[in-house]
Amino acid sequence: MSANYRDIMADGIWRQNTGLVVLLGLCPLLAVSNTVINALGLGLATLLVLVVTNTAVSLSRPMLRPEVRIPAYVLIIASAVTVVELLMRAWTHDLYQTLGIFIPLIVTNCAIIGRAEAFAARNRPLPALADGFAVGLGFTIALLALGAVRELAGYGTLLRDAELLFGPVAAGWQITVAPVDWEFLLAILPPGAFIALGCLVAARNWFDARRQAAADQAKLDMQPATEPS
Amino acid sequence: MTDASNNPRHPVARNAIALGVIALLGTALLAWVNSATKPRIAEQERRQLLDQLEQVVPADRFNNAMHEDFILVSDTLAFPGGQQAQVFRARQQGVPAAVAMKFYAIDGYNGRIDLIVGILADGQVSGVRVLQHRETPGLGDGIELRRSDWILSFNGRSLDNTAAEDWTVQRDGGDFDQFTGATITPRAVVRAVHRALEYFEENQEALFSRPSEFAASEEAER
Ligand SMILES: Cc1cc2nc3c(=O)[nH]c(=O)nc-3n(C[C@H](O)[C@H](O)[C@H](O)COP(=O)(O)O)c2cc1C
Repeated sequence: MSANYRDIMADGIWRQNTGLVVLLGLCPLLAVSNTVINALGLGLATLLVLVVTNTAVSLSRPMLRPEVRIPAYVLIIASAVTVVELLMRAWTHDLYQTLGIFIPLIVTNCAIIGRAEAFAARNRPLPALADGFAVGLGFTIALLALGAVRELAGYGTLLRDAELLFGPVAAGWQITVAPVDWEFLLAILPPGAFIALGCLVAARNWFDARRQAAADQAKLDMQPATEPS
Repeated sequence: MTDASNNPRHPVARNAIALGVIALLGTALLAWVNSATKPRIAEQERRQLLDQLEQVVPADRFNNAMHEDFILVSDTLAFPGGQQAQVFRARQQGVPAAVAMKFYAIDGYNGRIDLIVGILADGQVSGVRVLQHRETPGLGDGIELRRSDWILSFNGRSLDNTAAEDWTVQRDGGDFDQFTGATITPRAVVRAVHRALEYFEENQEALFSRPSEFAASEEAER
């Protein structure tokens, strides 16, 4: 059972990462990844929605026949997103206004209905919750990586506007690495999102390929006598 | 005697009941969260409005509850695009002191630019801020105070000290700086502020005498 949870985490965060491998939910990923703080805000909101919807979908399994499952998922997802939206308006009002339309648009993130259909509908509530958490975390990490690359290249900073998410205490958190007035527009504008995502996907694949090659090599080394090739 | 679909074990009935239960649970949850967050959201919005008003009208100029003393006006010339401008009235011991107008310019590079403009009773601009816009980061976003202090160049301007033809960017022969590679955004803001000033001058008395619409808006909220 515990290996099962380990698989869920590894799939959600690395092997089947929504943003970098499955390439679902790209619209918000590309649109809101221009700074680390925006990326973190949307990532956490999506994570919360995924945990709630996966759990609720799994709980509703006994009631649902296959022909009504999709409308039921849509109801569940829409309710969960609206709840998150209300909570953000109440507690992180400034960030809510910065992310604007992308909070309600979490409804249309196909990664969410995808997890409901592919995992939550076939598993018990606890694994479904874990899967929602893992996939949400993987999506948040992809967003964060993209946000960090684009903010560094575009503005030469990290954590700018942190007070939107963390309140006035965070006003001084910005880390500036480039000369003042550095601005590289391409990274901030939509084409920069595509380019940076392409680089991240390539980097992930390269890393995986190298690890795979190392593993294959190790296997070969273990059995040199039987099968020389 | 029983119609098949009246039988709770019939698939259609089962489906209807399942969807009904989920809809009911979802609605109940939403109603509960909505009522639990409503006061806090209202408070956040009030705080934000106070903050905006304070930025364009100096606090020592008035002593009424300015954020509750507003009217809605429409004027196709001054506020184009079918919008309603919201005019907040500041009064010192009941005497008109200033207004803050919320409206938008329709001709930004990417559409709407939401503005708030403070105008003292003598026709001087006491402050302008951009509330929301979709201009290109790095090009058009110099209109935000956190990016540059361009927006402060409106302070102290009036129809008296700045002639009508000077109310545009320097490229068009006006008084206001443009940004490098971005003329459309600042031009839209300057012209919108100018139109609001003219509207204020022509309608000043009416703007202060109409009864506040605050009570009506509270009523509509419920
Ligand atoms: C991708 C892109 C985004 C732009 N965004 C803006 C903008 O937000 N605001 C603006 O005034 N001009 C923007 N421009 C520039 C305008 O197209 C136009 O060239 C400029 O405002 C005219 O300024 P100039 O007369 O000083 O050359 C943008 C141009 C491009 C290619």
